Amino acid sequence: MDMTVNGKTETVKDGLTLAGYLAERNLNPDSLVVELNLVVVPRDQFTACVLKDGDCLEIVRFVGGG
Amino acid sequence: MTGMTTGDAFEIGGKKLTSRLFTGTGKYSSDTLIPAVIDSSGSQVITVALRRVDIGAETDNVMKHIPKHVVFLPNTSGARNADEAVRIARLARAAGCGNWIKIEVISDSVYLLPDGYETAKATEILAKEGFEVFPYINPDLMVARSLVNAGAAAVMPLGSPIGSNRGLRTREMIRILIDEIPLPIIVDAGIGRPSQACEAMEMGAAACLVNTAISSAGDPVAMAAAFGEAVRAGRKAYLAGPGAVGEKASASSPLTGFLG
Amino acid sequence: MGFYEVMAEYRPGDLESFIGKVKPDDVRRVLGKQRLSPWDYLTLLSPVASEFLEDMARKAHEITVRQFGKTILLYTPMYLSDHCVNLCRYCGFNASIDLRRSRLEPEDVDREAAVIAETGLKHILILTGESRTHSSPRYIGDCARRLARYFTSISIEVYPLETDEYADLVSDGVDGLTLYQETYNEALYDSLHLRGPKKNFSFRLNAPERGCRAGMRTVGIGALLGLDVFYRDSFYTGLHAWYLQRSYPEVDISVSFPRMRPHAGSFQPGHPASDREMVQAVTALRLFMPRAGITLSTRETEDFRNNILPLGVTRMSAGSCTQVGGRSRDDANTGQFDISDERSVQEMARDLAARGYQPVYKDWEPLVSLDVA
Repeated sequence: MDMTVNGKTETVKDGLTLAGYLAERNLNPDSLVVELNLVVVPRDQFTACVLKDGDCLEIVRFVGGG
Repeated sequence: MTGMTTGDAFEIGGKKLTSRLFTGTGKYSSDTLIPAVIDSSGSQVITVALRRVDIGAETDNVMKHIPKHVVFLPNTSGARNADEAVRIARLARAAGCGNWIKIEVISDSVYLLPDGYETAKATEILAKEGFEVFPYINPDLMVARSLVNAGAAAVMPLGSPIGSNRGLRTREMIRILIDEIPLPIIVDAGIGRPSQACEAMEMGAAACLVNTAISSAGDPVAMAAAFGEAVRAGRKAYLAGPGAVGEKASASSPLTGFLG
Repeated sequence: MGFYEVMAEYRPGDLESFIGKVKPDDVRRVLGKQRLSPWDYLTLLSPVASEFLEDMARKAHEITVRQFGKTILLYTPMYLSDHCVNLCRYCGFNASIDLRRSRLEPEDVDREAAVIAETGLKHILILTGESRTHSSPRYIGDCARRLARYFTSISIEVYPLETDEYADLVSDGVDGLTLYQETYNEALYDSLHLRGPKKNFSFRLNAPERGCRAGMRTVGIGALLGLDVFYRDSFYTGLHAWYLQRSYPEVDISVSFPRMRPHAGSFQPGHPASDREMVQAVTALRLFMPRAGITLSTRETEDFRNNILPLGVTRMSAGSCTQVGGRSRDDANTGQFDISDERSVQEMARDLAARGYQPVYKDWEPLVSLDVA
């Protein structure tokens, strides 16, 4: 299925969970914040959250800033 | 290191702090300098920004470098309007590092001056959602009043444009905010030298936020220490109550001579 | 929180002990500040500060010239009615005094207004005694509509009204409210007001605020100096002005220092204020509130008014008359108090100009046209 991640289209296998997606990309969930279709996903929901075709993900983290 | 004069409690956004210097974490040559800056200055509050993770690329995480006791003040940099600021704020809170948020709504890419109207709108929404809101604004009394009404935790007027290091160009307007607004006034942006931070504190500011002046210094750690001392000195001077500024009345043509 | 609660944070006992500790260095420190706190203001009202009167006068003059220029707004009072149900021991109109009382009917209002308008004045202050029968809010409103044909700014100095009554008057064309608390000393106030609605201290105290909320453009307050200890009533007056200005930043707040002058009659003020104290009151207020209007009434002599002119005053009455219909009839009633400065508008303007001050006849004009009577 196709979905958008940080503005780019990606094809992933059906039924993938958010936690699974992050693991595949070597992203440590502890330092990330994820927004799915404009709604923030709490960290404790990452494993339960199943991704669907057409979903839009924003994966962000803190960086240096003023 | 001793923070403040005994009896000068600094309570803000639901927390008790012992340092009135907030430090930014942007524009450092290396993020590894950040913990040393925090240590040498005594600062307990740092600002951070929220950005998209670069998927597939191995990037360092600034969070690794921040000591545990430090309070996070994420900013909404990148937001050009209230809706975007609100969205970023909610994401920031989801990181689980507290409910403080600095609202930065900037749609001016030349001077990076903030949009007071959008900032006030975002403040009202986020305050209702339980955030401790720290809005960054031009030193405008009317905008500041609307922020008080909106439930902000403080007001953060700029001293001069971000990154300019030009000091307290807006000092008269900041003075008015200090006199008129019943919220902590935190001077943010444009402080270029420790003496300027000291001056802001002497005027009665509650705190200063310094980023560029430290990160762009030849020796950021030493400069951070200097800023820490400057903020403490300015605050002590303010509490001591400055003495009379000498003004001699002219003896000729007295205005009250008629009283005899 | 209303002003009554604010006053409670500055109790007379606190004021007294603070005043007792003021040293010359404290006064010097306050004189060097740009922005004064209420306690700084009290410092300037202390006996110790009296030694620094020339410094205070100099600074007050400087601030006034910077904020207002060398201008004085001229206005005049017009008594619409001297009927009054109150028994205030210090007042020439009190209900126990056997006087012929009357009120102006529409044609009288016109006649009196025409005489005043001839002088060029555009700002008028209309006054009544307290009587809802003879000078009801409706009567006052009708007079205001009539006067709007002659004057561009109409202020009222009448008994305290409710917010909606003030709002009605605002739509009738009234843009200013003046109300003197007489004294902020509640116990003294009670002893001076023997009978009538005026006995209600807090209803009167909160009236200026109701005026602000009702949309008055300018609100003036004051205490009758001489009734209570000088520094106390001056302080509470200034504090009241400060409170109103902070709560209603869009309203023009002004302060007056009407002083009881010696006069024939059974009531003598308990603490007559000296000329020196008057100067101290005016200059201290100016330093505490750089942008407040300061009015000086015609209870003061011509000489005194001329001398205090540069020290913070921004508004003065001219061509005054405290008799109902006094300018347009020969058989007018007795006046409320003796006017010490009897200069006509023309004479006042000439004297102001001679001292380098510009008399201002019009400082406000409503752009919204009203449905005048």
